[in-house]
Amino acid sequence: MGDPPVIDKSYDVVVIGSGAGGGTVAQELAPLVRDGRNVLVVEQGPRISPEECNGVELEMAPALYQDDGGFLTADGTMTLAFGRVYGGSTFVYTGTSMQPPERVIRNWNVPGVEHSDLDARARTFAAQNNVHFLADELINENNRLFVEGCRRAGYVAQQFPINVRGCNGSSLCNLGCPHGAKQGTHRKQLPAAERAGVAVVTRAEALRIEEHAVIVRVSEKPDGAKGQPSEWPPGDYRIRAGAIVLAAGAVGSPALLLRSQLPGLPRRVGEGFTCHPAHILVGEHPGAITNDVGHPKSFFVDRAEEEGYVLETCMYFPFTTAKNLAGFGEPHSTLMQAFPRLQMILVLACDKAVPGNRVTVGRDGTPRVHYRFTEETIAALIRATRASARIFFAAGAVRVHAPSADPPLLEAADVDRIDERIDARHFKPGKISVSAAHLMGGCGMGRSAADSVTDSRGRVHGMPWLRVADASLFPDSLEINPYLTIMALADRVAEGIRQDAGSFLPMNEAVSRW
Amino acid sequence: MSNTTFAPVRDRFRTIARTIVPEAEALDEAGWAELESIVEQGLASRPSSVRRQLRLFVRALDLLPLLRFGHTFRALDRRRRTRFLLAVQDARLLLVRRGFWGLRTLIFMGYYGRAGAAAAIGYRADVRGWEIRR
Repeated sequence: MGDPPVIDKSYDVVVIGSGAGGGTVAQELAPLVRDGRNVLVVEQGPRISPEECNGVELEMAPALYQDDGGFLTADGTMTLAFGRVYGGSTFVYTGTSMQPPERVIRNWNVPGVEHSDLDARARTFAAQNNVHFLADELINENNRLFVEGCRRAGYVAQQFPINVRGCNGSSLCNLGCPHGAKQGTHRKQLPAAERAGVAVVTRAEALRIEEHAVIVRVSEKPDGAKGQPSEWPPGDYRIRAGAIVLAAGAVGSPALLLRSQLPGLPRRVGEGFTCHPAHILVGEHPGAITNDVGHPKSFFVDRAEEEGYVLETCMYFPFTTAKNLAGFGEPHSTLMQAFPRLQMILVLACDKAVPGNRVTVGRDGTPRVHYRFTEETIAALIRATRASARIFFAAGAVRVHAPSADPPLLEAADVDRIDERIDARHFKPGKISVSAAHLMGGCGMGRSAADSVTDSRGRVHGMPWLRVADASLFPDSLEINPYLTIMALADRVAEGIRQDAGSFLPMNEAVSRW
Repeated sequence: MSNTTFAPVRDRFRTIARTIVPEAEALDEAGWAELESIVEQGLASRPSSVRRQLRLFVRALDLLPLLRFGHTFRALDRRRRTRFLLAVQDARLLLVRRGFWGLRTLIFMGYYGRAGAAAAIGYRADVRGWEIRR
């Protein structure tokens, strides 16, 4: 008995991943299909319908996320959440749609990447995805209290532009919208691409890349699993391609490159990984508030430039909340019992790409994310936590839970001791929960292979047939929710491929050449 | 629980779980079975080495109080159990803190992942959203 045969296929372009980057590239390469080229998207996760999104935390998380949303960093001190489904993380985000920040793009200092260009492209996708401000009558008390608390405490709350259409306020965005209201790539760009003739194959994991080829394993739908079966029969495929676009995310893309061991790969692959490490904080109010109904993330405070953090409204589910509250026993239970009275704030630190924080692969080829909290990142989390405590109390909370306080519960009488109670000495990795969903870097753009993995158009240095089109391109933190910036960069990558298409050979000749 | 990760250390695991979530004290056998089934599902995709390490960790948590209190964890009263676990949570060794964080996360998953627990804490999110809350 030998290995099962590998099935050969050929495409002009293969895109690996279907999130904000891959979905955008798929749509923007549709003109190639009209010109007689063929384009394929392979997605590791399943295709899941809104009707299957029932809001049950422990059913949806395994269906939608890598490692149920709890991918652990190598030293086990932070969990990373990223989608593994048709639409990638755009299936599970809250639809917050931020333009690329001018200051950040300027500081990236990548030759050929201009803020004005990214901004214009992002605006096009914002319009495409129905980005707008939610109507006032749809804002819940969890969000209103944040705005009021900010006003009283002297912080400027801004409303998030979001990309929903027909949101009914289930509050279940992070478990997949049950009404398909969120306009991620799974609702807009991928269906548009498929209508134009781009093929999308789900449950298809890219195992490795060879020169002008991807080895893909298509899996059967497990019994009882959510989602549709793959469009292709299960088995291993060798898909030859004129161009390969890597859009598997800031963990998946560098990991795939590293395990492929392509000769001449830039040595910086996997380096420059960064994220927005985050805490969930809660404030307990005397009476019940609307928190588990309504869009969960409608407002934010941006202190990235001045203090290195962003505060966002949020609302999570019972297990996620329990996991993220520090401690255990009676104090923890008392807070959980107060669920209908809880206001929540997500604090995000704007960390920097630093040496040592990187993606590697284990002996079995699985990704490993090495991440250590720098003193600056911890200090930013502490400042953010202190600010949140002030906002909670100003909004009328009687008790605040802060993971970086010991004990973590602050009473109203502590309001003048916030700086003393919330302190970096209580930030103990491994003890308190830290998670991140904005994962960036690992295939950063730059000038040459000496300082980066790709050029400003996502071309891997020395390998013009291999492109990258996802958040791994970021040379450093974006310091705000990233999906529109990813789409803008992916649009540039697709444009580059369209421009280069003339150099692609017709497939029948190409097959014999590759 | 006969073939599950914590079956060989069932009493120890349940005693720790009751200390982490005091309401677990009220669980009947069916409630425990549900909690343990959820924990097992959560571990299903993890390597078998992780399950072995967790079992070992539970055994260690039961025995370590002998050094400090002269009794196993199971033989301690609630106050001492809590005191001991607080010390473990704050341990100098990252490995120990991580182990405890992982175990407590699994226990929270098992307890709060039950539909009954979500309802008991007043969590009411529903796919119908505002339609049923106005």
